[in-house]
Formats: sequence, C-alpha cells, structure tokens
Amino acid sequence: MIPELGNFALMLALGLALLQSALPLIGAANQNPTWMALGRPLSAGLFVFLLLGFGCLAYAFLHDDFSVAYVARNSNTALPVYYKFAAVWGAHEGSLLLWVLILASWGYAVSLFSQRLPLDIVARVLAVMGLITAGFLVFLLFTSNPFERLLLNTPREGTDLNPLLQDFGLTVHPPFLYMGYVGFSVAFAFAIAALLTGKLDAAWARWTRPWTNAAWAFLTIGIMLGSWWSYYELGWGGWWFWDPVENVSFMPWLVGTALIHSLAVTEKRGVFKSWTVLLALAAFSLSLLGAFIVRSGVITSVHAFAVDPERGMVLLALLLLIIGSSLLLYALRAPVVRGTATYGANSREVFLLLNNLLLVVSMATILLGTLFPLIHEAIYGEANRVSVGPPYFNAVFVPLMAILAFLLGASTFARWKKTSFAHLRQNLSLVLLASVALGVAVPLAVTGGVNPPIMLALALALWIVFGIAKDLWDKTAHRSPRLPALLGLGRSYFGMQLAHLGVAVLICGVCFTSHYSIEQDVRMSPGDELDVSGFTFRFDGVEEVPGPNYTAVRGTISVSRGGEPYMTMHPEKRTYHARGDVQTEADIDVGFFRDLFTALGDPRGDEAWVVRIHFKPFVFWIWFGALLMAGGGVLAVLDKRYRHRSIPATHPQTAAGAGAVGTAGVIQS
Amino acid sequence: MHPARQQRVMIVASILVGSALAIGLLLYAFNEGLNVFFTPTEIAEGKVRPEQNIRIGGMVKVGSLRKEGLEGTRIEFVATDTNKDIPVVYTGVLPDLFREGQGVVAEGRLDADGVFQASTILAKHDENYMSAEVKAALEAAKARQAGNGLPPAAEGVSP
Repeated sequence: MIPELGNFALMLALGLALLQSALPLIGAANQNPTWMALGRPLSAGLFVFLLLGFGCLAYAFLHDDFSVAYVARNSNTALPVYYKFAAVWGAHEGSLLLWVLILASWGYAVSLFSQRLPLDIVARVLAVMGLITAGFLVFLLFTSNPFERLLLNTPREGTDLNPLLQDFGLTVHPPFLYMGYVGFSVAFAFAIAALLTGKLDAAWARWTRPWTNAAWAFLTIGIMLGSWWSYYELGWGGWWFWDPVENVSFMPWLVGTALIHSLAVTEKRGVFKSWTVLLALAAFSLSLLGAFIVRSGVITSVHAFAVDPERGMVLLALLLLIIGSSLLLYALRAPVVRGTATYGANSREVFLLLNNLLLVVSMATILLGTLFPLIHEAIYGEANRVSVGPPYFNAVFVPLMAILAFLLGASTFARWKKTSFAHLRQNLSLVLLASVALGVAVPLAVTGGVNPPIMLALALALWIVFGIAKDLWDKTAHRSPRLPALLGLGRSYFGMQLAHLGVAVLICGVCFTSHYSIEQDVRMSPGDELDVSGFTFRFDGVEEVPGPNYTAVRGTISVSRGGEPYMTMHPEKRTYHARGDVQTEADIDVGFFRDLFTALGDPRGDEAWVVRIHFKPFVFWIWFGALLMAGGGVLAVLDKRYRHRSIPATHPQTAAGAGAVGTAGVIQS
Repeated sequence: MHPARQQRVMIVASILVGSALAIGLLLYAFNEGLNVFFTPTEIAEGKVRPEQNIRIGGMVKVGSLRKEGLEGTRIEFVATDTNKDIPVVYTGVLPDLFREGQGVVAEGRLDADGVFQASTILAKHDENYMSAEVKAALEAAKARQAGNGLPPAAEGVSP
C-alpha cells in the first residue's frame, strides 16, 4: 500500500512539474499575473509530493518491505537502522529520487526567497526548473522506478547494502553532492530567463550570485566528503584518483568557480555578460553530463553504478535535449545581452578573465582526459582501448593551478577598470619577498633538503596568505580602533578572503601530503615491529570479532613513540554475511599536522598479514581547506545586501512585479 | 587604440595564450598518462613492446595465485582470457575484490621474460561488476576460438 502511495505521489509530482513548466511561462509571455503567480504554489506542491514519495521509499526501507525490488536489492533485516535510511539513496533508483527531490527543493527555495524579484522573472525561472524536474521524473518513473514490486516471489531477506556504502561518509556524501549539482540548475534557470527576456543587468547578477554561491559551497563539501570517504574507506590511503566519476564531479565545480567570479564582474561592472550566461549553462550541463557518465556505465570507473545501456540512452537523450536547447537559445539570444563597459589591460576585470580562462581550460583538459577513452574507442574500435591515468591529469592540472594561485594573490590588489603596475608593485613587492623567502627557508630548515616543488607550493600558499593579511591591514589602516573597522568589511568580503585562504591551506595539504607521506606496505607476523617517522608500530596479530551484519578480522597494532606507548590501532577486514563481500576498514589516528593510517591487507600464511602503515603529514589540511572554501561561499550568501532592500522612489513599480527589471543596481543597494 | 578594441585584443590574446599553454601541456601529458589496454592474446602475439606502460585485463586463473614462500608482499598469479595466459607479478596489497576466477585489470609493464610486472591492481566497487575491458577481452578470445573451430578452453575459469 505504502509503495503504491509513493508511486502515486511521484506521478502527481510529474503532473505538477509539467504544469509548473508550462503555465508560468505562458503567463510570462502574455504578461498574465495570475498565471505567472502559479509558479510558486506549484513548486510548493511539487516539493511536497516528492517529499511524500521519498518518505514512502524510506518507510519501505525502515520496515524491511522486500516486496519492493529496490529495497530487496539494497537492504537487509540485519542492517543497522541508520544505514537502512541511508540505503534509500544507496543505488541508482533511490539516488535518482533524491536527485529529483533536491531539484524540487531548490525550486521551492527559489519560490520562497524570491519575494523581491519581478514576478515574470520568478515565473520563468520556476518554469525552467519545473521542466528539468519533469524530465528527470519521466526518466525516474519509466526507466528506474524505485517502487517496482516483487509481489509474486517476495524474497524473505534482502541482499544487503553494498558494504562500501555502510559508512557515515557515504551517508552524507550524495546529498551534499546532489545539492551542489542540482543547485546549479538555479543559475541555469536564471540564465535561461535572462536569455528569454534579453534583460541581463547588475540586478540579475545580484539575484543569481547567492544561489550560485550556495550550490558551489554544497558541491565543495560534497566533493570533499567523497575524497575523505575514499581516503578512509577504500583502504588505499589515497584521497584523489582522477577516476572518471571524481572528474565529472570536479568539472562542474571548476566551471562553478569560474561562474562565481564572472558573476562578480557582471554585477559590479556590467561586462562578461554573455560569458557569464554561458558559464551558468555549462555548470549545470556538466552536472548532467556527470549524471550520465556515472549512471550509464560508458566509462570504466571504480564506481560501478547501475550499468544499463537503455537507461543510458534515455539519460543521454535528456542531456542532449537540455544542453542542446539551452545552447540554441544562447546562440539566438546572446547578442542581446552584451556588455558595454570598457576596462584597461591591467585591471581586476582582466585578472578575473584570466581566472576564468584558467579554470575553463583546466576543466576542458579534464573533460578531454575523461572522455578520451570513449573518443579513442569510437575512432579505433573496441579492440583498441586506452585509459588516461593520473600522470596526465597531474601534468596538466598542477601547472594551471600554480598559475591560478599566483594570479589570485596578485588580483587582491587589482582595482576595477584600471590599475597601474606601480600600484601592484608597491603593494606586492613585500608580499612577494616574504613569501619567496619563507617558502624557500622553511622547508630547508625543517627537512634540510632542497625540494623545489614543495618550496614553490609553500611560496604560493604564503603569497596568498600574506596578500590577504596585507589587504585586511590596509583596509583598516585609516580607522582606529581597527577591530570595528574590520568587522564592518562585510560578509561578502570575508567570504572571499576565507575561500582564498582555503585555497592556500589546500595547496599546502595536497603538496605536503604528496611529497612527505611515508607509505609502507609490509608483511608482518605477530610481534614484528616497524619504525615510521618516530613511531614504532608493533603488529600483535588478529582475532575474529562479530558485527551486526558482518564478521570482522580485527588486527591489533600497538603504536609507541620514543619507547612510550602511544595508542593501539584496530584496522579490520570485514566479511558481510548477505553478499559475502570483504571490506577493509582502515584505522586512522587523525591529527591536525599528521595522520597515522593503518589497514590490513591480505593474509600471507603463518599468521602473517600484509599491513599498510602510512604516515601522512598535513592530509587533514586538504579537507580543512575545502571546508574553508565552502565556509567562504556560505558567508558570501549570508551577506546583508542580499537580504535588505531599499526601493528607490523613482522605481515604485519594480517591486510590485510589473516586469521591469530596472537599471543596474537600483533595485537593491 | 580604441578602448573597446583594446579590450577585444586582450580577450583574443588571452584566449590564444591559454590555448597554446593548454595544447603544450596536453601533448606533454598525453605521453605521460596514456595507457593502452591489451588482452593476454594480444600480448602473446607480440603486440607489446617491453617496458611500455600498459594495462592488461582478464580472469585470475583458478589455482594460479601464489602468496606464500615469496619475499615480502610479493604475489604471483596468472591472468587469462581463456585463450592465452600471462604470468603477473605484483608487490603490495591486493584489493578486497581480488579473487581467483574473477576479472582483474592490472597496470604495469612487460619485462624481457614475458612476465607482467604490475604496479597497480585495480579494484572494483562491486563484485557483480566486470570491467567492460575484461568483458570485451573474454568475448574476443571466445570469438577467436570459435573462428578456429576449437572448443572454447574453459578450464581455469569458474562461471
């Protein structure tokens, strides 16, 4: 009964989504306020019915209703209850339902927080979001229905959730990632609305910015959680593999980052307009491409999702429809939204242009590397398979990011319109000197060796940090006391600086971990000892330990430091009963400056095991840096100017929603 | 120069510089990162230069896995596409889903003795999932045997 109710809710949601995509748009074309106003209640209804559908699927999981095929494939009576709930999005059908639910949530959020927007813009944005939701609901209902039943041969026990997914990191990773992916649909919808109306001004950019920042912050956390999860759960001790599935989540992030910066220019200076629109279209299109690649199985990846060519074709059709029609609209309408302002060759605009260029070029190279195996196969046939490995991605991506980091530090002091080189030199010479000096001196003093990549990385990170510090100092220089002046700088500004600080932290984390990690995979018999970076690891053998739905082989590793006992670590090798899958559980001692990572490999006879013992300095900084970046995005969203409004007396009709967007920057200030 | 034109020149110049940079990096990087996939049959036919960085795929031949009596963390096994076999040597930790009779993909190089020195053994997230590469390799071997009029050599591969 409950699953049928869920199915029915999804069908109703599809109906509402179709109405939402049609009525407000027709209303906007005819300037009919009643029809335009329908967008808001329809998006609320869509959200409610999808929530109901999602609740029904969760109910089926929590009550072990194995007559639902999806539940039978992905749950088990012995599965702990929180994983039963997380299993709702543990495989293709349910995660697609989550995707659609999140899409509807963003639409509903837009309808709630758009009171200040002209009604015709709201109507168009909601219609575009309704259309995307409808497309995905059709895909969900007709190719991947999570409520499909096994009424004749109802299994008595489910086949359990994939053990890799029975983990906290993976419980929260997909919702965050989808919030990010799908969140770019808002910027996409705003871009389509701008193309339809031909009105793209500072106000448009100001409305789009918080939504884009929010989606970007979610995506940042989503990618970070995925990286963190693969670090502790896959048992390899790596945190990024340039796997196709990682790449497809990274590409919309790179374009989203470019979009955030380009939107800033469009808002402040009224240029880069059609470029900004193109980026907004690209960010969401790349999210869709990611969904297609993950769910169609066209590329060999360590992430195996439901691999079904039929689904892949439907998804590809949906993808081509959305991307194709939006690009067609862009081609027809982009000339209408051209910018008119000018800027000099050395200005903040140019720095941000270079930022965009580098981000988009790095996205394109990742896209090429990810799709190259497909292209190669299409040209040379199936017998000639190639794969593109991490050396390619590192060789392309790292230099581009190094240039970007350098420009980031310099751009802090670049002014809009025109900056003199003397101004930059005056502001940056001390920062440059200090960062290069410390960048070279610190690694030399700590390790005693000359290591150019590390020195460059540290210098770049310090270049950014010192630049931020100097800017904060300068901006409060004429005020005393400084603290109130500092707090008065605004959340948007702090958001930017926090995110940039995150970049510096991330650079340190990535480079130090890559260069200074000590990774020992050794064969150890009980009693064997291994010294790693001042710690002594003694392997004390393994024992069998029962778990709720698995049996674990639990290793004991005693760690001591300078003869003193430091801690005892228990890496596990779990065998899950329902599927017979073996799963490595690493044991990690997390520290701010270093992680100790231990994992069990495979048994090698005579009670000997292969044991993974890794010493990973600064690995925490990778996730910490990403968190700072996401925090910066959130701060920028919370900026006061997105909430307060002052309607100038000359434009009383704008707030009433008569359809006039108004001239640049008058609606809110 | 007119400011608008100067701006356009700036944009065009930066795009040119950007693409030149990207293409240069790409050419360099493709040499580094490109791995070609070979089946054991193709290796037996001598299609692979020694010391070329490649990927191989096939099934782990049942009964071929050797762990004990070897130095350190070294293991040895035989990868097969049911038509030809290739011995593989690997030092390190095996992925959880590595089993005899299951598909495997390995990265590394062929040494002068025709032994594949693996640097990475790839794991899959799901035991039901077989890499498309391995599937194609097995099918190619099957088709080849059918063409030769030989019965498919199924020994060593569990269903």
